[in-house]
Amino acid sequence: MKKKFSSITLTLLFSTVLMAGCGASSTTGGSASNGKTIKVGADLELSGNVASYGQSIAEGFALALDDINKKGIDGKKIELIKADNKSDAAEATSTAIKLVSQDKVAVLVGSATSTNTLAQVQVAQDNKIPLITPTATNPEVTVKGGKLNDYVFRTCFIDPFQGTVAANFAADQLKVKKAAILIDSSSDYAKGLASAFEKSFKKTGGKIVSKEAYVAKDTDFHATLTRIKGENPQFIYLPGYYEEVGLIVKQAREIGLNVPIMGGDGWDSPKLVKIAGPKALNNTYITNHYSSGDPDQKIQKFVKKFKAKYNGDSPDAFNALGYDTAYLLADAIKRAGSTDPEKIKKALEDTKNLELVSGTLTFDKDHNPIKSASILEYKDGKQVFKTKVNP
Amino acid sequence: MEFVQQLVNGISLGSIYALLALGYTMVYGIVKLINFAHGDVFMVGAFIGFYSVTVFHFSFFPALLLAMAVCAVFGVLIERIAYKPLRNATRIAALITAIGVSLFIEYGTIYLRGAQPEAYPSNVLPEKNINIFGVTINSQSLLILFTSIVLMIVLQFIVHRTKVGKAMRAVSYDAEAARLMGISVDRTISATFAIGSALAGAAGVIFGIYYTKIDPLMGIIPGLKAFVAAVLGGIGIIPGAMVGGLLLGVIESLVSAMGFSLWRDGAAFIVLILLLIFRPSGLFGKNVREKV
Amino acid sequence: MMTIRHTKGFWLSIILALAAFAVVQILINGQILNSFYLNTLFLIGINIILAVSLHLIIGITGQFSIGHAGFLAVGAYASAIMTMKFQLPFSAALLIGGVAAAVAGLIIGIPTLRLKGDYLAIATLGFGEILRIALLNIDYVGGASGMQVSHFTTWPWVFACTLIAIVVIANFTNSRHGRACISVRENEIAADAMGINTTFYKVVAFVIGAFFAGVAGGLYSHNFYIIQPTNFGFLKSFDILIFVVLGGLGSMSGAVISAILLTIISTFLQDYPETRMVIYSLVLILMMLFRPQGLMGTKELATFFKERAAEGGTNHDNKQTVA
Repeated sequence: MKKKFSSITLTLLFSTVLMAGCGASSTTGGSASNGKTIKVGADLELSGNVASYGQSIAEGFALALDDINKKGIDGKKIELIKADNKSDAAEATSTAIKLVSQDKVAVLVGSATSTNTLAQVQVAQDNKIPLITPTATNPEVTVKGGKLNDYVFRTCFIDPFQGTVAANFAADQLKVKKAAILIDSSSDYAKGLASAFEKSFKKTGGKIVSKEAYVAKDTDFHATLTRIKGENPQFIYLPGYYEEVGLIVKQAREIGLNVPIMGGDGWDSPKLVKIAGPKALNNTYITNHYSSGDPDQKIQKFVKKFKAKYNGDSPDAFNALGYDTAYLLADAIKRAGSTDPEKIKKALEDTKNLELVSGTLTFDKDHNPIKSASILEYKDGKQVFKTKVNP
Repeated sequence: MEFVQQLVNGISLGSIYALLALGYTMVYGIVKLINFAHGDVFMVGAFIGFYSVTVFHFSFFPALLLAMAVCAVFGVLIERIAYKPLRNATRIAALITAIGVSLFIEYGTIYLRGAQPEAYPSNVLPEKNINIFGVTINSQSLLILFTSIVLMIVLQFIVHRTKVGKAMRAVSYDAEAARLMGISVDRTISATFAIGSALAGAAGVIFGIYYTKIDPLMGIIPGLKAFVAAVLGGIGIIPGAMVGGLLLGVIESLVSAMGFSLWRDGAAFIVLILLLIFRPSGLFGKNVREKV
Repeated sequence: MMTIRHTKGFWLSIILALAAFAVVQILINGQILNSFYLNTLFLIGINIILAVSLHLIIGITGQFSIGHAGFLAVGAYASAIMTMKFQLPFSAALLIGGVAAAVAGLIIGIPTLRLKGDYLAIATLGFGEILRIALLNIDYVGGASGMQVSHFTTWPWVFACTLIAIVVIANFTNSRHGRACISVRENEIAADAMGINTTFYKVVAFVIGAFFAGVAGGLYSHNFYIIQPTNFGFLKSFDILIFVVLGGLGSMSGAVISAILLTIISTFLQDYPETRMVIYSLVLILMMLFRPQGLMGTKELATFFKERAAEGGTNHDNKQTVA
């Protein structure tokens, strides 16, 4: 038994030495920037149940890099290293560790969802690498327990804002007094939006008649929707992700629940229309970061460029925010005049009035941008710009 | 009112479980194997149906028949390649192989086409909301229930009125004796797998139409629940599987109806544990003592 | 009571173990092993603990339990609660995690006693799933969006826990308790007839296996910053099962070796998750078809050395395979 035991320790020892050997000899990548390129690591959901977001962000970012790298920043080009976290939080952590220690990136970009971004925050803070999330909207990403995560920034607005905008829209424009809330129990994003909505809606004098939850990846919502129907709501707030939202909207209409339904930017994916069908989506609304139908010149220029590169597809909010993040980063690097992560972090903090597709960006003291939100309505499966709300 | 609506929801869900449970129970009755891969045959059926509707523009029945045919062949293939060589091995070995086959089909599918879900077009079956006494029933649910019942009746016919069915019943009773009587045990087992898999394929197409979204990992949870349904009705007993499936669907809907929708999947497993502890032979099964 | 016999190889093993520990610690302090490799090393340690704990349940006692991820989850969450909500030190948290999982093992072991083979497998799978779904619904631990956990896992901890797990289970196996468990595996009815309390030993196997899985869970949760119930589903149970099956049902060194091998392979295949699973599943199927005894059958590494030493190779071990 002891012999066996020693042989096991031998094996352990052997394999560690082996790995240490590999580690020492193959320090990949070298420094964060070897004069010609600035390495940026993107820890995104490229597969898994919110793959649509990660891929959209990557597309937008790549489109921006086409222009940025034409001249480069002081002669240096941005090199994007993409990594897939499979829409899973533990993977997001491991991927971030790999990007920072193996690929030695100067800046981390990602993820699309709040949960997966939260999994990276500690890695960024511990390694003193700036982390910019294009679309994670949960406030805890930048400020947790009253403490600022000073290396973390975001390009989008935060959940409390979205939820409030939706509540005011429901009360003022749709004139409803009784609302039901249905959230994705596995998403920090959905929970954040719902609680903000509830607070604001109650302030307008409205009443929440029903609060239900579902599990991600579920396919049958008839029972829960029937329960909601029984409470006679005039409006349903559904701040989830497109895969379940599509099914929920479809099944809601199937059981005769035809009241207006509203959600947030999590709805924004071409797959939503495919799953729900255009008919079911009539009389639904979302708050979003931007709209491709907004007549603003800067937005239309971006739309044209995007369509040219990506087969005439119209860019969604995730594309736009990916694009904006690249420009945010490029602007910061230029002002920092260096590729040192510390200097980039300082330059990011000082970003003021930067003109981006999704609005004019200035960071507040919590590293959150002060920006406006758009409200869109679905008509025959297409997003139609309804109104813009400023903070 | 709401209760009746939930009941309707439950029966629609349950008929899909019933179709799957039938395959499990038939296979277990004849080779005493829990075919973990059954849920994945269901998934393959859903995808075959999807591609026949979108790429080849089949209508409902041809798509259904094609899915059933392909799944039948697929099921026999699995049996021949992975299960037949292990017929005399220990149960653990067979179970591990079944798990391996299941994982292989799932991740093989992901490898070939990616993990992204697909959405069944909504015009395969007419979609109309029918209102009866304040209960809104979707015409799709009715058609699904109807199709499931027809398939189950066809199965009963095969099992009790044809030679193949007689052979199946004989082999599940006593394989050695059946062999002595001149029945080809191998062929009978293959036929069982074929029929069970065809039903799974049909369930897949039906699921796709009713729930729209299909993805490569969709078969895992319905597969496990269908197994619970089969045990609920008495494993190896065909009418038991049907009843078990419907009952499980209703139980799930009621759990959701009472507000515990996050526990829905757990309900099936809790039912399973209770069954195994208190009545392992299921609703219609007979208690068989283990002989030394 | 179990006694540890001080054979010739005892001191050698101690020295080797300390050497292994020191080497890695030096590498860490010298910044040669960066966080990526360290992460992998921790994962290897955690997987070894999981593999040997499941080996005790399936390989030695023959109870086909495929809900092991449930114990991992209980340990992970229990220890996380202790550090995050009650501010207890990491050592206490690990211990409590293990104990909580052991209690879960007790709860699961007792009702499943009279189940065999397939039914036992499905029941344990069901329990694992129920645990996961329960965690999904408990808001105190963050429910489905998970719980953030501070990073406390370090090399000394991983090494110590792995060592203790291996030593305890190896000792248990070679004691008369271990032999009782093996007899349960080989023929339960005969063991019963011989006066062995099969009920007791089956439950003991579950409890010990669950305890170590819980400890592994504590190490796991304090390594990844955030834990979610989705990480502990049946896919994770299958991952652990593959370690044991590949190594050989009944061989502890087999379980350890395959845990190391598969973790390393899995890290290399991180960018190709589908390929990894396809390979895993093929391995399972081919193993069962062509070499059901796995890499090492029921033999241990030590017997290879022993057999070479003795001329002609005397056969001490039970040649029968579990699968």
